[in-house]
Amino acid sequence: MKKIKLKFKKPKVIILSGYGLNCEEETKFAFESAGGVADIVHINDLIAQPGILSEYQILAFPGGFSYGDDTGSGKAYANKFKNHLSKELKEFLSRDTLMIGICNGFQILTSLGILPGALTYNKNGKYIDRWVDLKAEGNLPRRVKAGSPWFPGIKNISLPIAHGEGRYVIDDKEYKELKKKKQIAFTYSKGEICKYQNLEKNPNGAMHDIAGVLGYNGRVLGMMPHPERAIFYHHSPLWQIQKSKGALEKEGKGILLFKNAINYFIKLR
Amino acid sequence: MISRIYVIPKIKDSRERLFLKSWNSLNIQGKVKNIAIFDSYLIDSNLSNDQILQSAKMLTNPIIEKFSINEILKEAKKFNYILEIGFLPGVTDNVGNTARETIVDLLHLKKEVNLKVYTSKVFIISGTVKLKDIKEIASSLYNPLIERAYIADAKEIKKIRGLPLKAPEVILEKRTPVIIVSLRVPEEELIKIGREGILDANGERRGPLALDLASMKVIQKYFEKLGRDPRDIELESLAQTWSEHCKHTIFANPIDDIKDGLYKTYIKGATNEIRKLKGRNDFCVSVFSDNSGGIIFDDDFLITHKVETHNSPSALDPFGGAITGIVGVNRDTIGFGLGAKPIANVYGFCFGYPEDTRALYRDKEKTRKMLPPKRIMDGVIKGVNVGGNCSGIPTVSGFVKYDDRFKGKPLVFVGTVGLIPRKINGKLSHEKKAEAGDYVVVIGGRVGADGIHGATFSSVTMDSKSPATAVQIGDPITQKKLSDAIVKEARSMNLYNSITDNGAGGISCSVAEMAKECGGVFVDLEKVPLKYPGLSPWQIWISESQERMTLSVPKKKWDVFKRLMESRGVEATVIGEFTNSEKCLVKWEGKTIVDIDLEFLHNGLPKRPLESKSVIKTFSEPKIIKGSRTKILEELLADKNINSFSFISEQYDHEVQASSVLKPLSGPGRINTDAQVFRPVFSSKKGVILSAGLYPSYGDINTYHMAACALDTAIRNIIASGGTLSRLTILDNFCWCSSYDKGRLYELIEAVKACYKYSIGYRTPLISGKDSMFNDFKGYDEKGSPVAVSIPPTVLISAIGVVPDIKKIVSPEFKNAGDSIYLLGETFDELGASEYYKLLAGKNKNNSIGNNVPEVDLERNLKTYWALEEVIQKELIASSVSLISGGLAIGLAKASIGGMLGCKISLSDIPGKISGTDAALFSESQGRILVSVSPKHISGFEKIMKNISYEKIGQVSKNNKFIITDEKDKKIVDTNVKKLYDIYHNFSNTMQ
Repeated sequence: MKKIKLKFKKPKVIILSGYGLNCEEETKFAFESAGGVADIVHINDLIAQPGILSEYQILAFPGGFSYGDDTGSGKAYANKFKNHLSKELKEFLSRDTLMIGICNGFQILTSLGILPGALTYNKNGKYIDRWVDLKAEGNLPRRVKAGSPWFPGIKNISLPIAHGEGRYVIDDKEYKELKKKKQIAFTYSKGEICKYQNLEKNPNGAMHDIAGVLGYNGRVLGMMPHPERAIFYHHSPLWQIQKSKGALEKEGKGILLFKNAINYFIKLR
Repeated sequence: MISRIYVIPKIKDSRERLFLKSWNSLNIQGKVKNIAIFDSYLIDSNLSNDQILQSAKMLTNPIIEKFSINEILKEAKKFNYILEIGFLPGVTDNVGNTARETIVDLLHLKKEVNLKVYTSKVFIISGTVKLKDIKEIASSLYNPLIERAYIADAKEIKKIRGLPLKAPEVILEKRTPVIIVSLRVPEEELIKIGREGILDANGERRGPLALDLASMKVIQKYFEKLGRDPRDIELESLAQTWSEHCKHTIFANPIDDIKDGLYKTYIKGATNEIRKLKGRNDFCVSVFSDNSGGIIFDDDFLITHKVETHNSPSALDPFGGAITGIVGVNRDTIGFGLGAKPIANVYGFCFGYPEDTRALYRDKEKTRKMLPPKRIMDGVIKGVNVGGNCSGIPTVSGFVKYDDRFKGKPLVFVGTVGLIPRKINGKLSHEKKAEAGDYVVVIGGRVGADGIHGATFSSVTMDSKSPATAVQIGDPITQKKLSDAIVKEARSMNLYNSITDNGAGGISCSVAEMAKECGGVFVDLEKVPLKYPGLSPWQIWISESQERMTLSVPKKKWDVFKRLMESRGVEATVIGEFTNSEKCLVKWEGKTIVDIDLEFLHNGLPKRPLESKSVIKTFSEPKIIKGSRTKILEELLADKNINSFSFISEQYDHEVQASSVLKPLSGPGRINTDAQVFRPVFSSKKGVILSAGLYPSYGDINTYHMAACALDTAIRNIIASGGTLSRLTILDNFCWCSSYDKGRLYELIEAVKACYKYSIGYRTPLISGKDSMFNDFKGYDEKGSPVAVSIPPTVLISAIGVVPDIKKIVSPEFKNAGDSIYLLGETFDELGASEYYKLLAGKNKNNSIGNNVPEVDLERNLKTYWALEEVIQKELIASSVSLISGGLAIGLAKASIGGMLGCKISLSDIPGKISGTDAALFSESQGRILVSVSPKHISGFEKIMKNISYEKIGQVSKNNKFIITDEKDKKIVDTNVKKLYDIYHNFSNTMQ
C-alpha cells in the first residue's frame, strides 16, 4: 500500500522510441536513477492512443538515428509526429511540463519547430564521437527570474557527443532573440577535457559555439551532447587518471540534469 | 507523371570540403572552382502539383535548405558541368524508401499507392574542368556495380531544360521460371556447370555453383535414382548448402592422417578437452552449434560473440560489402538462441597500402578495373561507420593492418557481442526448436536480384567471372526495427519457437537449416515478398538480399505476431510450413519445383580427402644500419601498422548504450588501446573485455608460430588490462589463400595445431570461428600481363572475457612522473618478420625478413600472467601495456605518448637472452608486458613478482624527454614526447 503511494508520487517520464531511435534504454535508466518512473513508448503506440501523453510530466526524445537520417536528420520522425500528434503536443506544452531532446532528439525538436535554429553536417563533414566541455549558459544568476528548471547547480559540465549533423545554425535576427530571451542552454568551451586531451572546443563548427538551446521559458531543452552517457564514474575519459590520484568521482555529472528535471516536480508538491 | 524535387542548401555545405579534398587527389588540382550539391527526389506518381508542393516543403528544412520543383537551371546559376549519381535500377534506395513513406504518411495515402521515389545526388561543378576530368571525378564517386552516373555540360542541360525526367525502373526480361538441367552430359559439361554455372536460355552461364566434379557426379547419381533431371533451382539449392562458405569443406574433410578433419579434431576437440578440464568451472553454454558462441556472464545473463569476414564483397563494393558485413554479423547475434541483443561491434581491416596506385584489372582487355586500395579503405571504413552508428551498437574494438598482398582482396573482419537472459519465460534462452506445423515466417527486407551467388562466389578465386550481383546493399534501419521488435518485444512474448539469420544462401539455407530441427519443410515460393516483379524462382530462393530473418511461428500465435510486426514497421510474411516429411519441398504457382531429401541436402556432399605437403621457407637476414636508434624508432612509429588509427576510432560511436569503461582511445595522448572494456548490465559491476591478435607477416616464415603468437597476444592484451584467464574465451578466424594447394594446406594444419596446443594450455576454449579459404585474385596488371595476388595466410584470434570488477581495469598510458617502469617477461633475438626487420627489408629493397619468428613459452607466460592478474586485482600498478608489434621501444613510446609523459630507460639488464640492443628495443618476443608502478606500491608489487622474470628498467619523468640508454649507458634513443605524439597521429591527421 505504502509502496504504491510512493510510486505514484514519482514524476512520470515518457521516452519515445521507434524507427531507429536508439538511446531510449540508457535515457530511461538515467531518469529512473534520478527518481522518476520512465516508460519507453513506440511512436506508433502513441499514435494509436494519443491520450496517454496527458499522463506524463516529462517527454524525452532520445538520441539515435531515426530513419537513418534519410532526407535529413530528425526530419522524417518529426514529420510523422507532426502528421499525427500535433494536437496532443500542443496540449502537452500548454501544461507545466518538461521536454528534452538529446542529439537526434534535439534534431527532431528543431524540425518540429519547437526550438529555434537547425542542425546540419559537422564542419569537417564527418561523424565524430568525443567528449566536450560545456558552459551552462542556461544557469542564470538568481536575479534573472524564470531560470530553466534543468540547470540548478550546473555551471560547467563535460559530456560526450556522437553525431554527424551537430552543427547548430541560426540567423542573426533569431540569434539576437535567443540571447535576449536567455534561450541558450549550453555553449562549447575550453575546459578540463579539452585541456587534458588538447582538443578544440567546438568540434562541429556550431554557430556561436551553441551546443544546446531552450524554449518555452526554459522548460524545453534540446542539446547535442549526451548526459545519459555520463552518469557513471567510468564514463569520463578522466577516470583512469583520477583513480591513479585516488580521486575517483562517485558518479558522472550528467545525472544532475535528470535529477533537476525530477526534482522540479517533487518540489512543486 | 514524373517530377523532380531538388533540395538545395542555403548555407555553406561542409560536404563540399570533403569532395573537393578527394577530387584534388585526382591530379586535377585547382581546376574545380566551385561545387554545389543538390539532393534530387525523382517522383513517379499521379500526385497533383499541390501534393508535390506539400511533399517538397516537407523534405526541406527552411532554415538551412530551399527547394525547387523540376527547375534546376535558375538554381544552379553559372556552371560548366552537372554530374548526377544515382542508383542502378533495382538497387535498394534507402533514402527513396524513407521519402516515399513520409509522403504517403503526410498525404494520408494508401500504403500500396502507385508512388515511386528515386533519389540521387546532383553535383553542380564550375571551373576549368574538361569532360575527361568530370569522368575522372565521376569514377571516383560511383561504383558501376550499383550506381549510375549522368554527365552533361551546361549547353546540353540548357538545351534539354534541366535534368531528364526518367525513372530508373527495373526491367527483367521474361524467362521461363524453371528450367530442367540435364546431367546426362559429358564430364566436361558437368565440370563447366559446376565451375561457371547453369547455361541460361540466353546462352549465358549464371555464375559459379562452385561444385567440383565429384560433387556433380553425386548429384547426377542422386537424380538418376529419382529417374529425372534436376531443375535449375534444385542445383542452385544444393550448391548453396554444399558451398565451402556454408559447409567449410576444407576444415571438415579428412586431411592426411587426420580422419575427422581439422575442425572436429583440433578446434572443437580443444574446446571439448578444456571444458572437461574446467569441470564445474566450465562457463561455455552454447559453442559451435548456433549463429554465435554463448558463455555465462553472471547468474542472469549470457554473452555471445561471433566474428565474421566479408572479404570478397568488400573487394567489389567496399561500402556495400562492409555495411552488409557488420549488419550481417549483428543478425548472428539476433539469431543466437531465441534472439540476443547486440551490445558491441568489433572490426578488423587488412588493406593494401593506400598510397599504392598501380592498377589491377579483372580482364585482359582492361575494361574491368579493380578498385585501388585507397578506395577500398575509405569505403570499408565508411561501411562499418554507417552500419554500426545507425544501429545504435557501440563499436568498441578494432585494428588495421597493411600489406601489399591485401590489394587483391582486403580482409574485412566484423564481429558482434550479444546479451541475452539465461532464461526467458522459464525456458533456457539458448535452446530453440522449430516444430512441425509451425509457419515458416520471413521478416524484414524484401527480396531482389542483389546478393545472388554470394556464398558460392566467396568460395572461389575472384576473377573476370565474378558475378556483379554478388554485391548486397545494406539498410541498417530496416534491421534496427526488426531487431528491436524481436529482441525487445516478441522474444519475451514467447511468439516463436525458433529463429535464424538469412545470410549466405538466403532462405534456401536458413529454411533448410531450421528444417533439421523438425525434420522437413514446405515453402510456397511465390509468397516471398519481392522488391520488384520478374525474378525467377531460383533467384528468390538463393538471393542474399539483406535484413531478413526466418522464424518458426506456431499457427495460433501468428495473428499476434503479425500485428506486433506491423505496428513496428516490420514486414512479416508466412511463406510455408515446417513438416516432418524428411524432405525440402518448394512449390511455385502450385507446381513442385524442389523435392530433395533433407538427408541428401545436408549430408550428401561427398567427402574429399585432402593431402598436404610440408614446406620450409628460409629468408636472408637483413642488413643492419649502424648508429642512433632514434630515427629507426620514429620511422617504425610512423609505419601504418603501428601508427594511430584514431581517425577511425573517433568516427565510430563507441559510447552509445552508455556502457563505456576502457575506450578505444586512452589518455591525454589518445593512443589506441589493445583491449577495450564495457559494462553491459548497469546493475552489475562486471564488465566485458575484448581484444584481438594477428601477425600476418609471421606466416611467411612459420604459420605455427604465427597462430601461437596471435593467440598469446589476444590473451596478453586482456590480462594486461585487467581481465582474468579463468573467465576468458577465444574465437578463431582463418583467412587463407589457394587452399587446395598442398603447401598451403600444410601451413593451415600447422596453424590449427598451434591453436589446439595453446588454447588448451591457457584453458581458453574456442567458442566460435569462421574461415575464408580462397582470398586470391587472378587478373591483369597495367600492361595487361597476368598477375595473381594472394593474401598472406592470416589467423585472427579474438578474445572475449568477463571482468569481475570494472574498477580494477588499468589503461596503457603512463600516469604520474616518478612512477617506476618495469618490464615483465623475457626477451630473445626474435626479430624474424618483425616490424623492424620489415622496415629494414624495405630499405634493402628485398625480402630479407630473417627467420627467428617469436615462439610462445606457455609455462613462463602463464606464471607471468597470473602474477600480473594478482597485482592488478590488488591495484598495485598505474599503467600496463602489452608488448606487440614493434617490441619494447614501441610499447614505451605508446605508454609515453598516451600519458604525454617522458621516460628514462636503461637496457642494461633485460631479462632473457639477447645478442644486442636492437633485440632489446625491437624484438617481438611474446609474453611481455610493460607496467608502471607508483613508489608507494613498489614493495608490494615486487613481492608478488619475485618468482617471475622481471626487471625495473626506468622511470616516468615529468619533462617530456624520451631517453633510452644501452648496457654501456650510452644514449641510443633521444627524442621527446611531443615529437613522438605528432608522428604517432600523423596518418590519422591526414585522414581528417
